[in-house]
Amino acid sequence: MSNNTSVWVYTDTVKQHFMHPKNVWEDESYEADGVGLVGSLACGDQMKVGIKVEQDRIIDLKWQTYGCASAIASTSMMSEIAIGMTIEEAYRLTPAMITERLGGLPQHKFHCSVLGDKALRAAIDDFLEKQGRDNPYKKQVAKIICECKGITDQRIEELVKNKEATTIEQLREITGFGTVCGKCQFKVHQLFDEFKHIYNV
Amino acid sequence: MRKVYLDNNATTQMAPEVISSMQQSLQLYGNASSMHEFGRDSHVAIEHARNQVARMIGADAGEIIFTSGGTESDNAVFALARDLIDNGSPRKRLITSTIEHPAIIETCRYLVKHGYRIDYVPVDSTGKIDMDRYRQLLGDDVLLVSIMAANNETGTIQDILQVTKLAHENGALMHTDAVQAIGKMDVDVKAWGVDYLSLSGHKFYGPKGVGALYVRSKAPFDAFVKGGHQEDGKRAGTYNTPAIVGMGRAAQLICDTGEQERAELWALRERLRNGLIANIPEVVVNGHASDCLPGTLNVSFAGAEGESILLMLDFEGVAVSTGSACATGSLEPSYVLLASGLDVELAHGSIRFSLGRYNTESDIDYVIEKMPPIIKRLREISTR
Repeated sequence: MSNNTSVWVYTDTVKQHFMHPKNVWEDESYEADGVGLVGSLACGDQMKVGIKVEQDRIIDLKWQTYGCASAIASTSMMSEIAIGMTIEEAYRLTPAMITERLGGLPQHKFHCSVLGDKALRAAIDDFLEKQGRDNPYKKQVAKIICECKGITDQRIEELVKNKEATTIEQLREITGFGTVCGKCQFKVHQLFDEFKHIYNV
Repeated sequence: MRKVYLDNNATTQMAPEVISSMQQSLQLYGNASSMHEFGRDSHVAIEHARNQVARMIGADAGEIIFTSGGTESDNAVFALARDLIDNGSPRKRLITSTIEHPAIIETCRYLVKHGYRIDYVPVDSTGKIDMDRYRQLLGDDVLLVSIMAANNETGTIQDILQVTKLAHENGALMHTDAVQAIGKMDVDVKAWGVDYLSLSGHKFYGPKGVGALYVRSKAPFDAFVKGGHQEDGKRAGTYNTPAIVGMGRAAQLICDTGEQERAELWALRERLRNGLIANIPEVVVNGHASDCLPGTLNVSFAGAEGESILLMLDFEGVAVSTGSACATGSLEPSYVLLASGLDVELAHGSIRFSLGRYNTESDIDYVIEKMPPIIKRLREISTR
């Protein structure tokens, strides 16, 4: 295997963004209009995103990431995708868009790249809040997970984030998910674990 | 590009002497169990290897059973314990530690699932087992104690002499997983007094897929792998002659040069440790300061994640391993480091350098030169 063709765990694009990440927040005096922080050092992944906004368009973005190669590469890729977008477009940025542009990630690495779009949304939330503006996007991007009870991914996220539901049983008690047709069970469990990881609860 | 292999606790490269003895033995195709000359030739080669392995650990040749590796050896001992309990032994409890290799941890998990009782001795911040707690856990209902001689991740060495003495005082059988210890420290089954000991060929410059289990001549044992009458009915399966011959040769090399090698390895390890500490801020050395395998150095870098460090080192041609969760595909970092009470963040940022026979001072200097910019860069990117 001592040649350059030996197979690497990640795609070449991931490798490029890992070794030469774009838009890293290195200048401490960088003044962002909105800042978002998700994840935790204890979880092994943490991301901070700062955005500059002009006429509701992201004109610049800087980030920091503590984490594995795919976490670093996916935040770097996210920054390239997000710069130039309107905040509305940026709010709809999905993990799938990032991983696709990276040429894919190993299955067990998906949770890492989820953080990039979350940190970006947190930065946009912060920007709107600082401006004293209404946040019209939050509700728009909410996805219904449990159709019977009308529970959205954002509702689950908030309950986990605010530590109102620290176990899946508590989540079931509060929301009643999966108690009617039960179709959403798997998806809810997956999201619950993901949010627990992201918010370190 | 320069290549520096510092992952010798994962596996070692085969010694040239081992390769050459294996190449010769490839022609010994006779089934070692056959009575004809072809078979006898293979038999002679295998018994020679048995003597070499026995001598390395101070055993009698008749106490060595060849297996497929450390994992099988460990499994065989726990299967035996299970059999003894099922057959009505009044002793029904097993004791092990929280930092054993998965070959034991997972086997224990399986046994617990099936209703067997196992107690785990915790370890302190250096990775040494808590002897007071161990004493408390012992009792006349304990059938088997299994404590590893040295840990694969931290290199911390246990006091097997004392652990065995206490086990025997309580009438329990004693097993030690010495897979990492072989060749790196004194291993003498008679001095320790253990009843069972596991070892694996590829950890000491021998081939993969072969190992051995030492079973003290008076200790109970029954076949784990059942079938033919090989190994005195204690382990069935046609002999893997070249692998056994290779492991024998590797054992011979340990007897010949092991002691000198250890001193050299410790010097290299200290060179690396001092070099990293002198050139990188916030380095934490994990494991025991002196009771440590000579080639193992486990360190944590605050603010830099293990998989990222590993991959950046890989680009520089340096091979290491990490206790970070990301590298394992789970969300939890190394259970060994967490059991030693290491902060979760530091466990994510842990790197294991495991040095071996073929490393040189200039290898170590190369790593000392490459590490600081990697850690600096990752910390610049990091949120910390």
